[in-house]
Amino acid sequence: MSKLEFEKPILELEAKIAELRNVSGEDKLNIAEEINRMQSKIERLLTQTYNKLTPQQKVLVARHQERPHFVDYMSGFIEDFTPLAGDRHFAEDNALLGGLGRFRGRSCVIMGHEKGNDTESRIKHNFGMARPEGYRKAQRLMHMAEKFNLPVITLIDTAGAYPGVGAEERGQAEAIARSMQVCLRIEVPIISVIIGEGGSGGAIAIGVADRVYMLENSIYSVISPEGCASILWRSASHADDAAAALKMTAQDLYQLKLIDGIIPEPLGGAHRAKDKTIENVAIQIEKALNDITPWDGKKLKQARHEKFLKMG
Amino acid sequence: MNWLTNFIRPKIRSFVEQKEMPDNLWQKCTSCEGMLFHRDIKEHDNVCYHCGFHMKVAVDERLKMMFDDGQYEEVTLPKVSHDPLKFKDRKRYADRIKESRAKTGREDAIIVARGTMGSLPVVIAAFDFSFMGGSMGAAVGEGIVAAAKTAVHDGAALIVIPASGGARMQEGMLSLIQMPRSIIAVEQVKEAGLPYVVLLTDPTTGGVSASFAMVGDIHIAEPGCTIGFAGKRVIQETIREDLPEGFQTAEYLMAHGMVDMVVPRKELRATLIRIFDLLFCQSKDVDTGDGQGTKATTARVKKSGKKEKRASSASGKKSSHIVKLEGGVKIEKPVNTNKPSPKGKTKKAG
Repeated sequence: MSKLEFEKPILELEAKIAELRNVSGEDKLNIAEEINRMQSKIERLLTQTYNKLTPQQKVLVARHQERPHFVDYMSGFIEDFTPLAGDRHFAEDNALLGGLGRFRGRSCVIMGHEKGNDTESRIKHNFGMARPEGYRKAQRLMHMAEKFNLPVITLIDTAGAYPGVGAEERGQAEAIARSMQVCLRIEVPIISVIIGEGGSGGAIAIGVADRVYMLENSIYSVISPEGCASILWRSASHADDAAAALKMTAQDLYQLKLIDGIIPEPLGGAHRAKDKTIENVAIQIEKALNDITPWDGKKLKQARHEKFLKMG
Repeated sequence: MNWLTNFIRPKIRSFVEQKEMPDNLWQKCTSCEGMLFHRDIKEHDNVCYHCGFHMKVAVDERLKMMFDDGQYEEVTLPKVSHDPLKFKDRKRYADRIKESRAKTGREDAIIVARGTMGSLPVVIAAFDFSFMGGSMGAAVGEGIVAAAKTAVHDGAALIVIPASGGARMQEGMLSLIQMPRSIIAVEQVKEAGLPYVVLLTDPTTGGVSASFAMVGDIHIAEPGCTIGFAGKRVIQETIREDLPEGFQTAEYLMAHGMVDMVVPRKELRATLIRIFDLLFCQSKDVDTGDGQGTKATTARVKKSGKKEKRASSASGKKSSHIVKLEGGVKIEKPVNTNKPSPKGKTKKAG
């Protein structure tokens, strides 16, 4: 699904441009003009399309395989990223990565879901669906952040926690509940950004933060639109109705005061301009950290509790 | 109305009209299909007396079962905005809520009640599965917050009894956000040094199991109840294999270290009272070796009056029950009366 249906005319134009560029010599001047004309048409189309994406189209953009993933953000704005592995109980979970790193000069603990970008890495990262070990590693890292008084940054991008026999056996529910509990207990800042998909319990497990931001075309929901449709409409084909009814877009959730802000994506979505998207996320995180620093751990924790108690 | 009822004179009407017969004298056990007589079912607390299967219990029956003498006071819950998303699937969420309210006579899927167990103060937040599958939305979250506040105020133990399929999707993200909210609530009980017990009943799944239900000091489960995060069908579709025997049952969870004990319904009350007694009354008749000894000194809560015979609920006890907190706060509560208190309406049970 690396191609979006509603982007078809745009993709066709892009392909044509690529074709024209390959044409050799003679009419170079004419071609350059033609390319310019098509480029501006693409821009117009992108603006038109992306200004009125339906919720279900946003779901597809949020899941786009070429969107920047956790590892891209690490190489984008974290210096000396030092991944740390394992929950010290059972295993290492590659669906939820984390470690130490330096963000714009500050040491911090950073973690997030990684979906992978080709078949091999997708399997390695279990498509970003963490098992209990992932959430227990998250807890371990958050405790470590607190011990060394480091801020925590979490990047959320998951369809949900992994539904499997082993995961249930080892206490998926408990691992998620504890992870939220640790988010609520630590006396250091915690900042979360939903960079793609925020899928239910598996997302909020590391998303109970002092500041929660969403990328413009990301989603955050209690259930996937397909899952909701198959339960309430008795057919997954109503996913677009469900996506609209669930109010899962960044814009809806900002209006409901459930998130603190929306991070803009470049024209045509994050998958068209990875670097710019990553830069925008970094700017927002830096702003939030500056806003919180210096912190009084106890007050910070208190404010975090009050913030969530006030919601709903 | 038909021609018969219209034209028959009152005196002979009694011959013609059918007598109303209750049609629910007998019911089948959902597990072994054995026939169960309604009075016997009640006597056995909705547990099948053929096979021991624990059927669901109505939430008010559950509360009566737990508290001393079946007496409790319902805590009035704050109003929340219903249907914040104006959610509509094939039916409007507002209509679903209305229907459930008409059916159950309750505002939402949770009841919070305060009372005593073995004379010790206890607050119970119990889910009503018959109200939209006990799903957790803003109202339920608010109920847990209120229950925790009441427990802290009363210096009481908190018991939460989930019976829920998970988060209420008709409230979207607002229902997901109840997961951290409910955890904040029970954290307050823990910070006050008060016991927080989760009594897991059928079913405890999804967002409910992955929040307050899994962070109790003690987890007790009813035999055979379903506890888990992901639904069985979802797991089967993901792994495309058969699920192991007894998967996601209380016993399975206990074997995997997630539940402290699986307790049959008829022993629940006695077990809980024993636990609270051990936690609240931390030294009783201890021989200190100097010949003086201590008598029933307590850690957090002081009981006054005579100690009730534990687990014998039926004895009519008239004395006023005073709970004294460590900080010197006194809460006087008449145990066997049903006067409305300013805090909430009193519900007569039993």
